[in-house]
Amino acid sequence: MASVGIREVRKSFGSTEILHGVSIDIVDGEFVTLVGPSGCGKSTLLRMIAGLEGVTSGQISIGERVVNNVAPKERDIAMVFQNYALYPHMTVAENMAFSLKLKNAAKAETEARVQRAAEILGLVPLLSRYPRQLSGGQRQRVAMGRAIVRDPQVFLFDEPLSNLDAKLRVAMRAEIKELHQRLKTTTVYVTHDQIEAMTMADKIVVMHDGIVEQIGRPLDLYDRPDNLFVASFIGSPAMNFLHGEIGSDGGPAFHGKGGVSVPLNGAAGAGGGTPVVLGARPEHLKLSDDGFPVEIVVVEPTGSEIQIIGRTPGGEEIVANFRERHAFEPGQTVKLTVEPNLIHLFNGETGKRL
Amino acid sequence: MRSMVEGAPTKEKRMASTTVAEAPPRPPLAKRLQESRGFLSFGFMLPAALLLLVFLTYPLGLGVWLGFTDARIGRPGIFIGLENYEYLWDDSVFWLSVFNTLLYTVSASILKFMLGLWLALLLNENLPLKSFFRAVVLLPWVVPTVLSAIAFWWIYDSQFSIISWALIEMGIIDHRINFLGDPTNARASVIAANVWRGIPFVAITLLAGLQTIPQSLYEAATLDGASRWQLFRYVTLPLLTPIIAITMTFSVLFTFTDFQLIYVLTRGGPVNATHLMATLSFQRGISGGLLGEGAAIAVAMIPFLLAAILFSYFGLQRRKWQQGGGD
Repeated sequence: MASVGIREVRKSFGSTEILHGVSIDIVDGEFVTLVGPSGCGKSTLLRMIAGLEGVTSGQISIGERVVNNVAPKERDIAMVFQNYALYPHMTVAENMAFSLKLKNAAKAETEARVQRAAEILGLVPLLSRYPRQLSGGQRQRVAMGRAIVRDPQVFLFDEPLSNLDAKLRVAMRAEIKELHQRLKTTTVYVTHDQIEAMTMADKIVVMHDGIVEQIGRPLDLYDRPDNLFVASFIGSPAMNFLHGEIGSDGGPAFHGKGGVSVPLNGAAGAGGGTPVVLGARPEHLKLSDDGFPVEIVVVEPTGSEIQIIGRTPGGEEIVANFRERHAFEPGQTVKLTVEPNLIHLFNGETGKRL
Repeated sequence: MRSMVEGAPTKEKRMASTTVAEAPPRPPLAKRLQESRGFLSFGFMLPAALLLLVFLTYPLGLGVWLGFTDARIGRPGIFIGLENYEYLWDDSVFWLSVFNTLLYTVSASILKFMLGLWLALLLNENLPLKSFFRAVVLLPWVVPTVLSAIAFWWIYDSQFSIISWALIEMGIIDHRINFLGDPTNARASVIAANVWRGIPFVAITLLAGLQTIPQSLYEAATLDGASRWQLFRYVTLPLLTPIIAITMTFSVLFTFTDFQLIYVLTRGGPVNATHLMATLSFQRGISGGLLGEGAAIAVAMIPFLLAAILFSYFGLQRRKWQQGGGD
């Protein structure tokens, strides 16, 4: 096990720079997810840690060692690929034993390690099968088994669950998390799915367009997003945003389009007249007679809660969740409000949290 | 609509309809044939089957039949049983041609495989001008055999050979090489020409096979600690075997039945040292006029070809790892 340090790392393909100076510290034994939309550079960063891509500038270290110029096989890392990358002509056991075979490990030791990994992952009955004869979830487990057998310093996962169906994905998510709790190996996990990131990680790195937007524990990111991008990316359904400005006539308040007005805490009323964006999570919206009006467009009961999609008088879309079973009708207008201490305010120009 | 007009069906009507359902009237024959899948597929296969019968089965059958007759050019011939084969059995030139054909096929195929695989691996790398090189590699395959054979004829010429000239100029040898006049040299020369011509087929087919191997397997193996040789040994080669099997089966069949190259370069000489079964068959059957004997030599090639096909079919058929559930 080892820590991983990423310092001011840049990566260019030709003249296109796709990572613009990324710095992340990963503590020994930590489970870190790199999350962001497609093309944000998260997979490239992971491949750079693995050594499959070169580092244009900056420094990557594993443990105490700077690995910029260390060959992938010398880095003592194991990677699980999105398409599993199982060797089709080898059985499950041979796939898992391959790295040890290349090291000329003793046969008895190889067998013992394969057996142990197979027991951890429930692969014992499948050891003599070929990858083609396995289901998607089983292949995924073999790919993890291949990594476990190596007993590496760091596990790297590159969107490992994106080829699985929704139900299996939830099950494997829990399995990977349990595996990490058991093995305590430093793990870097790349995903574009913020739910995966939230549920699995000790620490989330939100990336966007080749930069790090925010690093933090899942709930910190949820409760205190640094900027508009993180606020909109983390959480499902996404945070609602209302554009407007802060006014201070009769106590600090947010004044949005179409006469929407939301009262704010005293401290938030910095500088009247500046453009701001008000963010409110769907589950923080409450029915209240002195709230702002929202015309309901769609009502979606999910069983555990009722979700409404509506529009403010200013034409901005609002999503709200209610645990109570209100009888909403499309076309109806309801009045919604948010508790002032649950409101997120962002600078309307820079997108930074106020 | 209809039931609304007629009202609910009466009991008699319902009974009548059940009887109809139990014994529907047989539709006319033409309609039944039109809807029969078996008849339709037979109909669609007919044109192809006809072509095969006329242009493949008939000539093959005729060849086999001729082998059992004493036909000559201008004379139909009568059935003589195995006499042609008995004669060939004691004919040393025939056995020499069998030996030549096997030598030619085996050595040319091995060389074509090794050089073709090497070339395919090179072309699979990220070279500059990659597509240009891929196109150039195909040239020997594209040029008509007779043309390239004539080019080789000049290259191997006893007086004007560019190879002899170059080697003499470089001071490596002091007299011209007798490429096509000496039995050993002649054999090596025709094999070299055949290899030159056959490499593109092997290289391009194997290149196509190489490109079906996912990049992530190489990456996974690299992380697993494989050296470049181990990547080739444990990833490339096993995954390429199915393609190699098919490619080499075809290559062996092409080489075994080769005719044009030999006919242009040596006509089987010197002293039959490069006579292949195909050229001997032509020489005896067409040039010599002994159609029956020529046909018998050609028929004698069939067991060898069948053996090659069966070997590839049973020995190199789909591996166990390729079978089983889909993706």
